[in-house]
Amino acid sequence: MLAIETDALSKDYLVGFWRPRPYRALHDLTLAVEHGDIFGFLGPNGAGKSTAIKLLMQLVFPTSGQARILGQPLGDLAVKRRIGFLPENPSFYDYLSAEELLTYFAGLFGIPAAERAARVASVLDRVGLGAERRSRLRSYSKGMVQRVGIAQALINEPDVVFFDEPMSGLDPIGRREIRQLMLDLRARGTTVFFSSHILSDAEALCSQVAIVAQGRLVATGKVSELLSEDQHGWEVVVDGLPATALPQVGARARACTLVHDGRHLLEFAPGDPAELVRLMTEAGGRIVSLHAQRETLEAFFVRRVAAAAVRGAAEP
Amino acid sequence: MSPVTVGRVAAAVYKESVRDRVPLSMVFFAGVLIAASIFLSQLSAGQDVKIVKDLGLATMNLIGLLISVFVGTGLVAKEIERRSIYAVLSKPVTRSTYLLGKYCGLLLTLASNLAAMAVALYLVLGYFAIATPLPANSTRPPHVDPWLLLPLALLFVQLMVTTAAALFFSTFSGPLLTVLFTLAFWVAGHFGGDLRDYGRVVDSPIAAGVARALYYLLPNFGGLDVKNEVVHGAALDAAAITAAVAAAVTYAVALLGAAAAVFERRDLK
Repeated sequence: MLAIETDALSKDYLVGFWRPRPYRALHDLTLAVEHGDIFGFLGPNGAGKSTAIKLLMQLVFPTSGQARILGQPLGDLAVKRRIGFLPENPSFYDYLSAEELLTYFAGLFGIPAAERAARVASVLDRVGLGAERRSRLRSYSKGMVQRVGIAQALINEPDVVFFDEPMSGLDPIGRREIRQLMLDLRARGTTVFFSSHILSDAEALCSQVAIVAQGRLVATGKVSELLSEDQHGWEVVVDGLPATALPQVGARARACTLVHDGRHLLEFAPGDPAELVRLMTEAGGRIVSLHAQRETLEAFFVRRVAAAAVRGAAEP
Repeated sequence: MSPVTVGRVAAAVYKESVRDRVPLSMVFFAGVLIAASIFLSQLSAGQDVKIVKDLGLATMNLIGLLISVFVGTGLVAKEIERRSIYAVLSKPVTRSTYLLGKYCGLLLTLASNLAAMAVALYLVLGYFAIATPLPANSTRPPHVDPWLLLPLALLFVQLMVTTAAALFFSTFSGPLLTVLFTLAFWVAGHFGGDLRDYGRVVDSPIAAGVARALYYLLPNFGGLDVKNEVVHGAALDAAAITAAVAAAVTYAVALLGAAAAVFERRDLK
């Protein structure tokens, strides 16, 4: 059983006041998310990411297609007890404190009164909210509200959690903490589905990603598989190469750059890395690092999104 | 629909709205107005307590309406606009439960505010009871008249219907339109008798028919307004009041049912 599955999920919105016409925000989205994965749902602004998440949360209803969470149809209250959700740019009640808000939400999940205080304190600790948890939410900064949003999504210890732009409003330290929190969730077996357009976060966290552009799925799969086919060489950092060996090694390399005092960065065409190791060792150098040169997720993303834009423009 | 969940949503609404400065400042304003009636009453010799009662009840009417309309609008329409509704509806709560919880929470807020204003009114009346006591053989209603609670209770029933209307309108329109629709609903509800009798003063059968249709469609708050009778110590028609309360409660339930039906399928963009 998959944690999340969608089958040709589509959503039309009516736009225009006098003569409303349908605008397709999401086209036939078909996804499968395994249990325990961190799944990155990526796309530029307006790509349909939030629409897809709202469909999964039943905040909007599909025009066609269907979806299941934990094997059950959307909206099932038993499933809702097992999921958490952070909306994009969350907003809560100005006159409640973070503690009161989370206690209220814990009550909606039916968490026994005796456990609520401890549970609330625990999740607020996890998101790094200190003494300000007793202040009213109207006095919170955007980053603090984002942390409260993440905390409320975890109050029920969900099996599947949906984060819509979780890094939004967070400073670099906050982003690092939330990245670690997502890794901790995965370690506990929680499935994390998060939307973002910050690709470095996705690359660091996700086992699988899906990229949407203009409401269409343009790529999906494991990050390693999506990018491996685009490997275009090797990058070797080597110390102590004798000057006499440089011409011979340099002739094999596509590029050779002196980094500093005896350290060189060499770029090679795709091939057997063992042969490169042998070449460096025989030349008298000491390998500091050896990396496959791959297209980054960012480059992959830009290429696929641009291609989708061209296809979209060509369509009538 | 779980009554426990309805109660939890209602408790959160109550907590949020009693802390909100808008209803608090309205209640404060009402207190000041009721206290000011002490001075206004000096202008009319012999009618002072009547003026205090009239002014007090009218103020409570106005403040109750404003809280019902403006806080009622915020219950759903503003929550959708601010998107604070997203987190709540992702929890194991049906939309109907959420709506009913919101409604009950606001009724609780209204009841608390009316109670606070009633205490202020009775304090002022208590002052008059001590300062200018009625003669022993007076036929006037007593200064601290427990019957004043009746128009207050009936005002609460009117506000039950108005809040249900605000909730209904907010399930398909934005905050501004909801305020306008609800105010129009309240005003029209006080002209039920005029709508009913409109056919007698116009020649157009179409206009008379429309007025008659509106009379049946809109609630009639006239039957729930007994301020004058109580202030002047006039007789009350218990059967008519009971019928008006029953009709109003039925109307509120119908509005809530319609609101739930619309809200269940609404896209929250």
